[in-house]
This record gives sequence, structure tokens and C-alpha cells, in this order.
Amino acid sequence: MHRRVLFPGTLLPLLLVAPQIAITSVFFFWPAYRALESSLYREDPFGLSSTFVGLENFREVLSSPGYLHSLGVTAVFSLSVALLALTAGLVFAAMADRVLRGRTVYRTLLIWPYAVAPALAGMLWLFLFSPAMGTLAIWLRRAGVPWDPLLNGDQAMLLVVVAASWKQVSYNFLFFVAGMQAIPRSLIEAAAIDGAGPARRFFTIIFPLLSPTTFFLLVVNTVYAFFDTFGIIHAVTGGGPARATETLVYKVYNDGFVGLDLGGSSAQSVILMAIVVALTVIQFRYVERKVHYA
Amino acid sequence: MFRFKALLAGTAMALVASAGSARAATELQWWHAMEGGNNEVVEQLAREFNESQSDYKVVPVYKGKYPETLQAGIAAFRARQAPHIIQVFDVGTGVMMAAKGAVKPVAEVLREAGATFDKSQYLAGIVGYYSTTDGEMLSFPYNSSSPILYYNKEAFRKAGLDENTPPRTWPEVFEAARAIKASGWACGYTTTWPTWIHLENFSAWNNRPYASDANGLNSLTPKLAINSPINVRHFQTLADLQKDGSFSYGGRTSEAKLKFLNGECAILTESSGGLADISKSTIDYGIGQLPYYPDAEGAPQNTIPGGASLWVFAGKTAGEYKGVGRFFQFLSQTPIQARLHQVSGYLPVTMEAYQATKDQGFYDKNPGRETPILQMMGKEPTENSRGVRLVNLPQVRDIQNEEIEAMLAGRQDAKTALDKAAERANAAVEQAARAVAK
Repeated sequence: MHRRVLFPGTLLPLLLVAPQIAITSVFFFWPAYRALESSLYREDPFGLSSTFVGLENFREVLSSPGYLHSLGVTAVFSLSVALLALTAGLVFAAMADRVLRGRTVYRTLLIWPYAVAPALAGMLWLFLFSPAMGTLAIWLRRAGVPWDPLLNGDQAMLLVVVAASWKQVSYNFLFFVAGMQAIPRSLIEAAAIDGAGPARRFFTIIFPLLSPTTFFLLVVNTVYAFFDTFGIIHAVTGGGPARATETLVYKVYNDGFVGLDLGGSSAQSVILMAIVVALTVIQFRYVERKVHYA
Repeated sequence: MFRFKALLAGTAMALVASAGSARAATELQWWHAMEGGNNEVVEQLAREFNESQSDYKVVPVYKGKYPETLQAGIAAFRARQAPHIIQVFDVGTGVMMAAKGAVKPVAEVLREAGATFDKSQYLAGIVGYYSTTDGEMLSFPYNSSSPILYYNKEAFRKAGLDENTPPRTWPEVFEAARAIKASGWACGYTTTWPTWIHLENFSAWNNRPYASDANGLNSLTPKLAINSPINVRHFQTLADLQKDGSFSYGGRTSEAKLKFLNGECAILTESSGGLADISKSTIDYGIGQLPYYPDAEGAPQNTIPGGASLWVFAGKTAGEYKGVGRFFQFLSQTPIQARLHQVSGYLPVTMEAYQATKDQGFYDKNPGRETPILQMMGKEPTENSRGVRLVNLPQVRDIQNEEIEAMLAGRQDAKTALDKAAERANAAVEQAARAVAK
């Protein structure tokens, strides 16, 4: 399967990758190195004095019950977001694919939420569901639902999961629609002639052929749930109530910028980096095997 | 096309003009966290100072909410881009005080600017809070506040309570809250800033220790004492009331103010600085002093200042410090302080401003507006009420909020919550102190 294509010359290829390397160095390698460095020190907030403490920050982070709790929260949150966003995106794409009239309108409308900044998306959902001022919160309570995400951790989690997924559905939708368009019509038509109904056609033909897209989206959604949802959580719950929505990324921020514990916060971000690298490797090694590239 | 060119030329001229004026005066950056009406006050003060002289130009920059402003200041200092003046909230005081090499004491700035700095001109409770143990004032008290009680008169009437007598003690508040809830009102009582009001000020006002070593004023590693029987009783009552709906939790900072403003909750404990919003609402409100426990010895004692003060960063030139000193002198003037106090609900910083406001008959016309000042100055402060100073108070408040939330959600009782909060906070204080102590 793997073909190796070699181009002669070294200067041109180097020149061509240089911008990418430069950007990655400035925005990834340099900060990553600094995080690694400060994770080994204990430092006051203003950087006036710092002491080398070896791996003590890591020991403290890994032995704290708060960190393990946050790890659990992150697992629940990321899985829920990835699942919900992928399922919803796929359902919408399958439906939009079948619509004949007004197709473009539906598609355009479904893409809109992606253009909303995470913090704004958070504020939007907060305005709808905040117990003090949310319109939908008032309806919910009138309907007899004891809606109080300020104290009920499960409800708070539900709220951030839905808000975070809502923002990602558009992205998934876009890729699924494109993936479906790439599936040869003749295959589907042949199946239809053989008597397969829409559901059967979806599960035996469309879904397997979409697997490269699904896999790609799974990776992207996991990374999204891990890193890009900070704005939403910050705006909606602030990690509360009682740390029920404190994901690893939020904890890095909170310990570093509110708690002003820079060493511990850096140690956490180093661990986080390792986790994401490991997750991506696992996904590529094991999940990708099941992917069917057409 | 012609229009476009004209526009360009105009912009260019404006740029040149502003560059010209900027060169003439030394610019002084003032980072602050004031929003809405309070932001207008900041802008107006800077404008008036800039117009009053031509050597310096104070440039106020809004940097987000209190914690964000502090974060921005710290990050800027690390990047050697610190502003001259930064507004830091009460909770950040311990953080700034521990950063000796990063700040220049305000008393020093004033002295170098040739100002005769007389401490007795300032309200003792406030200045004491922002001074070192040997009495040097480190930051300039800009907006100080004290928690007070607001109540909805309409709800009081409906529940058959006297609308002219606000509840004075906590048992009275809880009783009123139950009665109001029973009369069909959505919620009896709510509070903003649970940690500031129900732990820090609660302790001072009831003359109980919040932490050892004079609440941290005399040591870097005090031990919290927030799990004493009176604290447990208070929080257990709140948890019980939350269950039956007479109390309704509103969040960790000032979110609960909305619950009062939209008429949902009838009684609110909130900063006196919240008055600007409440007086603009349509609620028929009354003001009372912060409740206390009648069986606490010495209660009511005095409250401790909240709000924020202005800090000066180290590493600027002598000329710039002179400008900062002149600006602080400008802010200390009686008419300015009196106005600041009257429009915002924050406390006046100088005795003269307080006296002037009194002489103008302001308190006769606005009953209740003197309450926060009397609360803070009523008695000579004790070990328990001079202030709370932890090197990582923002983090400690987070810990306390987490345990309180878990308690109000019914997952633990008050004793467990406060024991855990104290224990976790002590560990966090110790760790933070290790980073600072060198």
C-alpha cells in the first residue's frame, strides 16, 4: 500500500517547511519548553525568587485527590462531548443529504454555530439557563424541574457538555456532508435496487465508507474537548459547583492564575501534554486499523 | 476616492497631534477593574487630573474583572511591561504585600513627591488594612466597601413584617426569610460573596478569629479557625434554609445581586458598592447593617474593608513616581473623595471627606448611606477585626466556595464542609508561603 516517492534536492523542501517549523517553534516548542522548565521550580507569582525542586511539583499534583477528580471530570466531559457532537453531526448530515429542496439553506444554517467564539457560546447558554436570569431556566422551573446548575453538579456538567457539543456539531456536520458526497451514488443506488431501505443503506454502506472521516473527527473532537472548551467552561460554570466541571485544562488555569501556583500549574500542563500525545498515538495505532480508506 | 483620501489625511493629522501631546506629558498607566458607573468615575477622575496640570497624563485602562486585572498586572510585571498604577482587590492584598521587590510603597511615593503624608487624615480601619505591621502605608485605598443588608420593603409588607425595621441579627434574618417564603415570595434571603461576607466579615463582625496570628497579619502561615461552633451553626442553618427554599445560593461573587434586583429574593447581603445598581432599580428597598449573632461576645465589632486599593509597581523612573504621587494627592482632596463616596457607595478614604459629606446633610437625605462607615469605624479594631491577610487568599476562597457549594447541594453537613475547607486551606497556605518565603 505504502508507496515512497522521493524528490531530489534538500534546499527547496527545507525552505518550504521552514515557515511551518518557525510557527510551531514559536507557538508550541518554546512555550512547551518553558512549561517543562518551570514545572521543576517553585516560584512566587512575580518571578522574584525561584527554587529548583526537581519533581516535587509532579509528586504533589499526582498525589492530590483534586487532580484525580479532575481527571475523571475530564474523561466524562470529553467522551460526552465527542459522542454527542459526532452523533448529532452525523444525524444532521444524513438528514441534510436526503433533503431535496432548500438543501443549501439547511447546510448554511447548520454551519453557523461554528462561527461563534467559545466564550460567547458560553455566555449564550448561560443567558438561557442561568437560574437567576435564564429564560429557559425559568420555564424549566415552572415545569417542575428543580433546575439549579449553581449547586447541582450533574446539571452543570450537562449544561457545559451541551454547550460545548453545540459549538462542535457544525464542524462535524460539514465534514460528514463532504464525506457523504464523496460516496459514489452508484453504490447507494445499487443497494436500493437490491431492496435495502434507507436505514440499511446507511448502516451497511454509508457509515463504513465514512469511517476515515469519523476517525479524523474523533481525533479532532477529543482535542477540542480537551483544549478548546476552556472558554465555555470559564463563562458558564467557572469549574463549579464544587469542582464538578473542573477539567484538566481549567484546573491548569485556575491553579496557575487564580491560585498563583505556577510550578504546580506547569507540572499539570506537562502531564496534560503527555496525555494528549498518548491519546492521539493510541487512536492512530488502534482505532485507525478499523478505518476503511476507500 | 477623494473622501477616502481626506479621511486618510485626517487620521494622519490626528495621529501626529496625539503623538505631539503625548510627548509633552509623562504618561502614567493606570490599570483598573471598574465597570459601568464606576468606570465613568475613573475616566472622569483621570480627565480632571490631566486638565489640572500639564506635566503628567494618567491613562486609565480597563483590564477586566478584579482577578483578571491582578493576573494582567502580574504577567506584565514578569514581562517588564508593568503599568505604573494597578488597582488590586482586597483579596489580592496579601499577594501584593508578599511581593516586596515588585511594589513601591505608596507612603514612599507620596514622600518623594513632596507631599506631607499624614496618616491621621485617613480612616484608620482602612489605612491600617493597607499598611505593614510597622505602619507604612503600602497601597492607596481607592474604593473601600463594607457588606450591608438590603431588603425589599414590598416583600416585608406582604409577609406582615415591619418594613421600617431591617433584621439586625442572623436569627432575625433567618426568621424573616422563612416568613417571607411562607407568604408566597419566591425566595427569602440570598447573599453575594459568601466567603467575604459569611467567613471573613462574619468573623470580624462577631469578634471571632478567622485565622491564627491576628488573621494572618502577623505571620505568613496562619491556621484557619473558620470551623468553630458559631461558624458551623451559621452554615448549617444556611444549608437547612437552602433545602426549604428560604435561602437561595446565587454564586461565588456578585451574581446573587440579580436575584434581588429581579425581585426573586427579598433580603440580600452585599457590598455597599452594590448600591449604585440597586438604587437604579425599581425595587422599593431599605438598608440595614450587616447582621450578627447576639450571643457572640463583643458583637457587633467592626467589619473589615473590601473593595480595592491602588498599588505602584517598582522599577519606574523618579519622574514617573513624582507624577504618581501628585495623582494620589489629587485623589485625596476632600471634594473628590466626598464625590467618589456619594456617587458610588464606596467609603470615603479621608476623615475630612466623611465630615464634609456629613455637613452637607447627605446622610440625612440618604439614610443608610452612613451604615458601612459606622460599621467599619464604630469600634476600635481587635485582633479579630483588623483584617484578613493570606498570601493566597484568592485560592483559599476558591477552596471555601467549593466546600460550601458541596454543603448547600446536600452532599455534606456544615461541620464536615468547614473542617475540610480549613484543612485544605491550611495546606494551600503553607505551600504558597514556601514559594514566597525566601
